[in-house]
Amino acid sequence: MTNYNTTQYLPFEDEIASLDEHISRLKADNRSRAIDLSAEIRTLQAEQTALLQKTYSTLTPWQTVQVSRHPKRPLFTDYLSLMVKEPRQLHGDRCFGDDPAIMTILGQIGRQKVLIVGQNKGRDTKEKIKCNFGCPNPEGYRKAMAKMKLAEKFGLPVVTFIDTPGAYPGIGAEERGQAQAIAVNLMEMSRLKTPIISIVIGEGGSGGALGIGVGDRLSMLEYAYYSVISPEGCAGILWHDGAQAEKAAKALRLTSKELKSLGLIDTVIKEPLGGAHRSIHDTVYNVEQYIIRTLRELKRVKIDILLEKRYRKICAVGDSETMIRRLKSKKDLPAKPAIPERLSAKAQLEKTAQQEALEKAK
Amino acid sequence: MRTIKVSKPINNKNKKNTVVKMPAKNKTSWDGYSIKPRKEMPDGLWLACPACQHMLYRKIVDKNLNVCPECDAHFRIDGPTRVKQLVDVGSFEEILADLTSLDPLQFEARGVKYKDRIKVDDDAKGCEAMLTGKAFIRGRGVMLAVMNFGFLGGSMGMVVGEKFCKAVDQAIEESLPLIVVSCSGGARMHEGVVSLGQMAKTSAAIGKLDEAGGLFISILSDPTTGGVSASFAMLGDIIIAEPNALIGFAGPRTIKQTIKIELPEGFQRAEFLLEHGFVDMITHRKDLRKEIGRLIDYCGK
Ligand SMILES: [Zn+2]
Repeated sequence: MTNYNTTQYLPFEDEIASLDEHISRLKADNRSRAIDLSAEIRTLQAEQTALLQKTYSTLTPWQTVQVSRHPKRPLFTDYLSLMVKEPRQLHGDRCFGDDPAIMTILGQIGRQKVLIVGQNKGRDTKEKIKCNFGCPNPEGYRKAMAKMKLAEKFGLPVVTFIDTPGAYPGIGAEERGQAQAIAVNLMEMSRLKTPIISIVIGEGGSGGALGIGVGDRLSMLEYAYYSVISPEGCAGILWHDGAQAEKAAKALRLTSKELKSLGLIDTVIKEPLGGAHRSIHDTVYNVEQYIIRTLRELKRVKIDILLEKRYRKICAVGDSETMIRRLKSKKDLPAKPAIPERLSAKAQLEKTAQQEALEKAK
Repeated sequence: MRTIKVSKPINNKNKKNTVVKMPAKNKTSWDGYSIKPRKEMPDGLWLACPACQHMLYRKIVDKNLNVCPECDAHFRIDGPTRVKQLVDVGSFEEILADLTSLDPLQFEARGVKYKDRIKVDDDAKGCEAMLTGKAFIRGRGVMLAVMNFGFLGGSMGMVVGEKFCKAVDQAIEESLPLIVVSCSGGARMHEGVVSLGQMAKTSAAIGKLDEAGGLFISILSDPTTGGVSASFAMLGDIIIAEPNALIGFAGPRTIKQTIKIELPEGFQRAEFLLEHGFVDMITHRKDLRKEIGRLIDYCGK
């Protein structure tokens, strides 16, 4: 069993914390004294499990964001060391430098050789500063692209791990073309001739996440978040107060559950009871199984069909009847009269053929 | 204009009767990188140039393509005006003018519903954050997409993405060059991850156009930031920027907050991007039509 004493509790976990403390005190007593307390410990543990279940099944969006930023949450490097066999890290974008915030690694997951691209936040302070707290610079995105081209050349599938608050907003990043680097990645990933799986393992912060997150499958860990803007940023703009992040988190619909129900992600990967940080091994196992399963599925599809499907999947965002609509009734039309759409010759022929068919039917 | 006879000229410096110098103390009121539509001018006969503080006669500014005749500051213009300035008279055929978002997130902030906001802006401007259509520029047929800053800061939501992709499709189908004028603060946060998806969608569409061998001229006007600059705007075969336009990924305010030092002068301006190799040319608004025509002759089919 994990030693909960090392866990850092989140603000909404007070009850769990006190229960844990109680259990560990009893355990110590059990060892030191002659009385048998194991029965009591067992009931308390059952109680604790129930409480965790209750808390984590009803997390608010803001609490989910807090879990996704938990200091003990497994980072990309943890997945790397527990999941990937024979890893060989590749450095540098061949252009400017090497960004430690995005790592590119050739390795083996299950029996499949893959290219792994992951955003690394760093565990201790020194590491965190080195990788900019997980905020990549343009050279990171360019490195990812260069290595993905390599993977394309040698037919290796690409697996990307997303965990970033966003691309780095700095003077150097702008000078070296942050926007252009991300834009190129989006375009090239949409037509890269090899399967791509993306998994949001923690924070999925806007364009910085999307920069390595376009592909055939997009999945999220249960308590990860994926959003167009950080809740704090959104609160700052719409509420004029960064402290309203809780409300913003709710409005943005950034949890895995809601994104799944909106059809914006493919799979939600289960996390162990009480979040990924309570059992890193279980989390890594779940993710590994998901990757192996999905790779097997994607490898069966011919590459041309896969690319066509990927393109359609990307274009389907915001295309459904539930999201977008052409104003039909006169009342709905904007004040300005709309100019009729000009049809191509082919479309005109089709239209007349349709009308003729309709008349015949009558 | 009628001139009024004055017995004794008080100020000989302002010979042009359309220009009156404003007091210098107002100069500090413009911080130089405002992303808010502060530049939008109030209705009236006169307006003050936000950059040089000159009082300008509105009709002259309109005639001058919304460029300050005194200091060449390029004012922000809305989509319909841009179309009018860019295309041959009466040649713009708009497509998908009637698309609207159904607000899948049911977004609400401070009691204001996004659904109501798009209604309000719809009535005011009569179009979404992008206008797309077929047009002629100096006699050359083009597919044109113009962003409309007046509609929620020109932010890219699914309507923009959809219109853009349809324009690209038509450009491929009819082998027309694609001209896009960007003027946007980025992705529309009211649509959450859906609007984030539009970055991928528009970029993927440009990928298709690229494979089909189509020409894409991207024109960056003030401002082009966030999700728009980090997707299609930076993917042009040729990228043209307007003078002094704000172009970048993160907004200057975000950067300032993060790194906590003063930003250098001219940072993220068109000239800065030219210097760092991210735009092909900077073109004055009055030369835009000419340049586009010439470039189509070189690269178009
Ligand atoms: Zn001026």
